[in-house]
Amino acid sequence: MEGNIFQYGFIIKGLLGAVFASITAGLAGTYIVSRRMVFLSGGITHASFGGIGIGYFAGINPVIGAAVFGILSALGVEYLSVKQKIREDSAIGILWAFGMAIGIIFIYLTPGYSPNLMSYLFGSILTVTNADIIALGIMSVILIVYFGAFYRTILYISFDESFARTYSLYVDVFKYITTALIALTIVLNIRMAGIILVLSLLTIPPNIAMIFTKVYSKIILWSILAGFIGTSTGYVISYYAGIPVGATIIFTLVIIWIIIKVIYQIIRVLNKERTNKQE
Amino acid sequence: MSYLLEMYSLSASYGTNMVLHDINFKVNESDFIGVIGPNGGGKTTLLKVILGLIKPSGGKIIFNNDLINGNSIGYLPQISTGDINYPVTVADVILSGMMISKRIISRMSVSDKKRAQAVIEELGLSGMADSSLNELSGGQLQRVFLGRAIIGNPKLLLLDEPGNFVDSTFENDFYEKLRDLNKRMAILMVSHDIGMISAHVKSYACVNRELHYHPSSEISNEQLLAYGCPVQLITHGEVPHTVLKIHS
Repeated sequence: MEGNIFQYGFIIKGLLGAVFASITAGLAGTYIVSRRMVFLSGGITHASFGGIGIGYFAGINPVIGAAVFGILSALGVEYLSVKQKIREDSAIGILWAFGMAIGIIFIYLTPGYSPNLMSYLFGSILTVTNADIIALGIMSVILIVYFGAFYRTILYISFDESFARTYSLYVDVFKYITTALIALTIVLNIRMAGIILVLSLLTIPPNIAMIFTKVYSKIILWSILAGFIGTSTGYVISYYAGIPVGATIIFTLVIIWIIIKVIYQIIRVLNKERTNKQE
Repeated sequence: MSYLLEMYSLSASYGTNMVLHDINFKVNESDFIGVIGPNGGGKTTLLKVILGLIKPSGGKIIFNNDLINGNSIGYLPQISTGDINYPVTVADVILSGMMISKRIISRMSVSDKKRAQAVIEELGLSGMADSSLNELSGGQLQRVFLGRAIIGNPKLLLLDEPGNFVDSTFENDFYEKLRDLNKRMAILMVSHDIGMISAHVKSYACVNRELHYHPSSEISNEQLLAYGCPVQLITHGEVPHTVLKIHS
């Protein structure tokens, strides 16, 4: 047996990571899925790679570089779409590739080999530091407080922005703050699931939740639960099978989604047949 | 008599394009005014000026204190911009009309929820409080948005072409409902469909860059010249109609 203490710490780290990832991804994911911002979120995710590259090159924490890049690009797209001077999907597409290009250039220019690069692309629980877990924990608290305090305002603005403008002067403030928090959530979860896969961590749980409910607050709760089941199961499988954790988590979540969807359909068909027979 | 709002030589523009010019207009608390005129004539702009979404480029608009404090103006937009596939319930949408008098951080109280329930029943949406919008018919959807406009008990209700998405079976009920509401609030109803404006309207405001007010229920063929081309009313008889006086 290997050292128990190492194993114990590793499990705690994984468990806390799963809890915080599910909370942050559940809250942020419900917002982006219902506001149809999934593509924008993909743009933010990939643009943040530019920050990672610059972080490596400049010798600062790449997560900080990614956070700055992610937030700026998110606010930029939100701003451009408000002004409607540019096609939003094109802007996102350009941003997406531009961020990746900057990242690749700066990592190429950085002397020496970057062993952790793959962990940013695909995620790795092995390279997740205590600081990463703490940051995700703080992010969870911030999001819970923010969504708890402003639940209705956030819900109504994202449901019908132009109507909200007739009674609230703060529509843009809320949109920008929420978008910045979403960007930060994505960047912090990159350490868990990787740039390429993190978006699914946000989008699959709300889609599982929406099978059961159409009430916003319940979608959030179900998303967090589904996210936790998916991440913790994926984590355990990845540990024993020795495969990358990000890919395992996403694979698990999609399998859960498919199974629930199929079961739900079968139940619906059976219910229909039963009521038909009764008639 | 105290007016809910008064406009004096008011004008409004989009950039250099003046949409409303020299508007003098008053609304009192029992008014039910049909706002008619051609597309692009400035009807919706007039509502947006009242809502404060567009600042007048000239002249002034004076609101009665009732309109400034608390629940003031209810608004039913032309087409709902809300995404009907958004995960939001009927009760939630109606409650969102309360936000006008709420601080951004406050939660809905039990009395707010009771009020939402009362509005739901008043508008014939009983049992649908927890339905999502994509389960509703067009007429039900419109009643939900009307509920959102009236839950705050506004003194003034603005309706922007409500006929556009009313289903015909509900249309009569809808205008009956407006007549009831008019007992407790003034109504300003925009319609481009002059032939189909409700008989419950008490007076008319013709808007085509300028505004001509017809205090009583009168109508004129000349008034239709606001359309910029000769038009006529087509009916099969027996339809009550009103003739307004020529614009002076």
